[in-house]
Amino acid sequence: MSEVIDILISASFWAAVIRIATPLILATMGELICERAGVLNLGIEGIMVIGAFAGWMAVYQGLPLWGGVAVAMGAGMLFGLLHSTLTVPFGLSQHVVGLGITLLATASASFAYRLMLPEVTSPPKIEPFQPLDIPVLSDLPFLGQAIFSQTALTWAAFAMAGAVALVLYRTPLGLAVRAAGENPAAVEAQGLSVTGLRMGAVMVGSGLMAVGGAFLTLSAFSSFFFEMVNGRGWVCIALVVFGAWKPGKAVLGAILFAAFDALQIRLQQTPIGAVLPYQLFLAAPYILSILALVLMSRRAEVPAALMVPYNKGER
Amino acid sequence: MTAEEKAQVVLRLDGITKRFGALTANDTINLTLRQGEVVALLGENGAGKTTLMNILFGHYVADAGGVEVFGHPLPPGNPRAALAAGVGMVHQHFTLAGNLSVLDNITLGTKGLWSLGSGKSAARAKVKALSRDFGLVVDPGAKVGRLSVGERQRVEILKALYRDARILILDEPTAVLTPQEAEALFATLRRATALGLSVIFISHKLHEVMSIADRCVVLRHGRVVGEVDTHTTDKTQLAALMVGGELTLPRAEARTPGAPLLSLERVSTPDRGAVPGLKDVSLSLCAGQITGLAGVSGNGQAALADLIAGLALPASGQLALRGSAVVGWSPRVALAMGVGRIPEDRHHTGSIADFDLTENAVLEAYRTPRFSRRGWMDWRAARRFAEELIKGYDVRCPGPDTRIRLLSGGNMQKLILGRAMAPDPAILLANQPVRGLDVGAIAYVQSQLISARDRGAAILLISEDLDEIMGLSDVIHVVSQGRLSPAFPRGSVAVADLGLWMAGQGFEGGRHAA
Amino acid sequence: MRLEPIANPTTARRLGYPALAILATLAVAALLARIAGADPLAALGQIATGALGSKLAILETLNRATPLIFTGLAVAVAFRAKLWNIGAEAQLYAGAIMAVVLGTGALGSPLVLPVSALAALLAGAMLLLGPVLLKTRLGVDEVVTTLLLNFIMLLFVSYLLEGPMKDPMGMGWPKSAALTPEARLPRIVDGLRLHWGFGLALIAAVLVWLIQIRTTLGFEIRAVGQSPEAARFAGMPVNAVLVKTALLSGGLAALAGWSEVAGLKGHLSQDLSPGFGYTGIIVAMLALLHPLGVVLSALFVAGIFVGSDAMSRAAGVPTYIADMLLATALLFMVLAILLTRVRVVRG
Repeated sequence: MSEVIDILISASFWAAVIRIATPLILATMGELICERAGVLNLGIEGIMVIGAFAGWMAVYQGLPLWGGVAVAMGAGMLFGLLHSTLTVPFGLSQHVVGLGITLLATASASFAYRLMLPEVTSPPKIEPFQPLDIPVLSDLPFLGQAIFSQTALTWAAFAMAGAVALVLYRTPLGLAVRAAGENPAAVEAQGLSVTGLRMGAVMVGSGLMAVGGAFLTLSAFSSFFFEMVNGRGWVCIALVVFGAWKPGKAVLGAILFAAFDALQIRLQQTPIGAVLPYQLFLAAPYILSILALVLMSRRAEVPAALMVPYNKGER
Repeated sequence: MTAEEKAQVVLRLDGITKRFGALTANDTINLTLRQGEVVALLGENGAGKTTLMNILFGHYVADAGGVEVFGHPLPPGNPRAALAAGVGMVHQHFTLAGNLSVLDNITLGTKGLWSLGSGKSAARAKVKALSRDFGLVVDPGAKVGRLSVGERQRVEILKALYRDARILILDEPTAVLTPQEAEALFATLRRATALGLSVIFISHKLHEVMSIADRCVVLRHGRVVGEVDTHTTDKTQLAALMVGGELTLPRAEARTPGAPLLSLERVSTPDRGAVPGLKDVSLSLCAGQITGLAGVSGNGQAALADLIAGLALPASGQLALRGSAVVGWSPRVALAMGVGRIPEDRHHTGSIADFDLTENAVLEAYRTPRFSRRGWMDWRAARRFAEELIKGYDVRCPGPDTRIRLLSGGNMQKLILGRAMAPDPAILLANQPVRGLDVGAIAYVQSQLISARDRGAAILLISEDLDEIMGLSDVIHVVSQGRLSPAFPRGSVAVADLGLWMAGQGFEGGRHAA
Repeated sequence: MRLEPIANPTTARRLGYPALAILATLAVAALLARIAGADPLAALGQIATGALGSKLAILETLNRATPLIFTGLAVAVAFRAKLWNIGAEAQLYAGAIMAVVLGTGALGSPLVLPVSALAALLAGAMLLLGPVLLKTRLGVDEVVTTLLLNFIMLLFVSYLLEGPMKDPMGMGWPKSAALTPEARLPRIVDGLRLHWGFGLALIAAVLVWLIQIRTTLGFEIRAVGQSPEAARFAGMPVNAVLVKTALLSGGLAALAGWSEVAGLKGHLSQDLSPGFGYTGIIVAMLALLHPLGVVLSALFVAGIFVGSDAMSRAAGVPTYIADMLLATALLFMVLAILLTRVRVVRG
């Protein structure tokens, strides 16, 4: 037990928690926007992959880091456009299309990687985002290392979560998006376009997912590996449920999840890690996600029109 | 026409035609509406009323013809333009988001999407003022999902008024109201017309049309078959226009009832969100009797129907069949015990849209020896059964291999009726059996119910249509907030009294307004 | 735009749109080959000859199709009931583990094959039982739980292969000991590298088809998938049907892993399945969830994989082109199938 406490009071642990939480927060916000508008986006896993790849490749080709973020977002939105075209006006199964998008995006990243770097055995590194040095705050004991040692992309992720909450709950646009996920007929009757709102939400959401993926290459690992997203997208879908479709709770869920993830990595280095197989530690985040889903199963208010396609004039 | 009269025309529909595949829903329809006027659009189900209003509101695009509002042509297929021109529509199925507040529902889409801030306080003040002016009391902060049906309708009307609508279209607005609530609605409409608004009132109820409308346009099979001044006509004449002949719906003659076959003893069921469950309900369904259950929708009818259909169990109290309490109650047990069921929603509960008629015909009985042995289906027997139903119940269709989604509502209902009747059930649950059907199908279904009663079946008829209840029932109960009124034998109660019970008056424990 | 259902679609419409989807996929294939600097037509030709051009190629395609038939059937059965089993990959490994547990010496020879097949079937079924019970009892979405189980299962396999199941003769490679000869599936024809797993897959497809169209369970599965509400009202035990569907689906997916180990590889390793479980979804969707169609679509998908490998070696186009083509085919096909039933109209 003392090992766990030692870990929990170390500043580097909390720095890692926030770092691990960042891509989850971005992608979870993306998925949340889609689902609040009534569209389940199972393309998330693949869109994170394409975001990770596109952002990294853009920077490797000479673009500035923020240029890489923009490219990742654009790639994500492109796949969001494809997803929403098929699921919104055509009303195709969101399960099937989402999985198809994940496969297509993942394969596109792999294909493009092999095409652009045919001979390399280990992927080249880029110069990633550096921790922002904030005067005074970064020099604070403990907090300086734990919180004020993050890169700009992390700060942007938290700001983005705040912006998503603000837009959803405090603007006419947010009201319209939420209404599209609750009762599309109500939106149509008030002269707004359900198709436009839903497609827009899926595209913006997919863009955020892709930036979440890009964080992995541009800030966390500075390089691209095929398996790097490794189920994070699916975890984010669980986090949306865990957060009861509310941005604030979803962010908390992401941080909680990241804390467990950071803890299991550190526990592997302790005597506990010597006793238990390391695979158990690696599986912990997935097991945790399932538990989170089970815990929240009956409590949340699911958007009433989630996964219900809307065909104008049919009621 | 003088210039002054012409200026009064606020809405003009000119030669509207709309086809859906082979069906012509609207055939060159002309209609004008003047300021301060209530025009009723009368017609039976399927006459094309709702289609016409959906074209006016921009949900559909007409194949031919145009709409003019205040002298300006309205671009087709654009609800936003219709709203901007001052057309407000209260749909038959409310278009409200239950999880959002009243205020959110009203302001949705009224401010530019990209504007910042929600401007809620100004909106709240405007809604309060409108509520006062038009007598539409509702709490702007309440979640719509928690409101009664009557309150939701007020929200729908407020939505239109909030956008400064000058023309109000109400699609079957009284279908979900008690007679007293309907009167309150009419009072609101009179206030609105006094303030210069114009109203189109869609209905198939003659007495309402006579009491609220100035003029009445009658639609049949998508055509205007008559336009009459309500002050110079009577119900009989209107009815004849509407159905194209004499209106003859079956009426059941009185009979002496037999023994109770199904009884509820002080049954309660849990509430479902804003919809109340049953509260201490006792009820007997007797052989050879039609028991009518009147009430505004959402007052516990669904709970009672689910109970009898086998979908739910009482939380307290007892459900007994032929005197003995039920064991292991489920739809399958209910069917085995001779309970036939006609569900409220024939599209989603009563049938499977993409299954063919054969599959739908054996949906309930596929496990009986007639249709399967040791888990293997006998599709030939199933097909023969479907053919029997098609013949026996006059289901108009290309054949048993047709997917049921391609059938009209009436023919779909006839198949479901046949399926329920085939095992000759001792008890029959008929939940809204004729809602949305045309007059021919209504007459057919109702006469089948009466002949089942005459064969000795105990029938529970649930309906929101008081005329239907009064016409068919041997004994009537009213359900309100989950409570059941005493039984009123045929002819012993007036519509107005039923209305009071529907509004919750007369029950023990005082007057809870619905 | 608005979608309007067509009452009686013409034959031209029913065949035309799917054909168009296939053509569009071929066009994408040509485009990708072009982007990779290869001659598009030649590349397409190389995919075809790579998959079907020789006896060896055909055998390779059939072998590759075998696990895909099983996982495709697993997905088709589950999706028919709108049970979104995305966990065929995990169930496949459950079956593979059973093949190793029972096939490496413990059992007497005549029994070992049927017993290990049965054990695999049960293991896969049990693995899907958890998510489906969470769905029916607590309303937990099965998409995410089955997906996450895939990751957990892969880690479990990794643990087994580095620990209790590790082959002492494996020279450090994480793989299991080899199956005894009696535990191996025999070849269908002596001398040809095609094992009985393929035959069993065909038999499974026919059985699943019979279940679907001829049995009360099949009727229930289809009804529950189309409308759980109507099925429940009609007296069908909806949750029990979902559980039965899950057992069938999980069991079929597990047979994929069992037949790969017992038929092809002879041992379990971490790379036993290059995503057969996920590809099963594409196989099932391309087959429109029809069990016999699954056989054809599995052959097609296997052909694309085998052919792309060959083309990749010859023309230098990355082998990931196969995944891209299948994803494209899937998306085009679901759209095409929709358009056979509805018409896009204005307003």
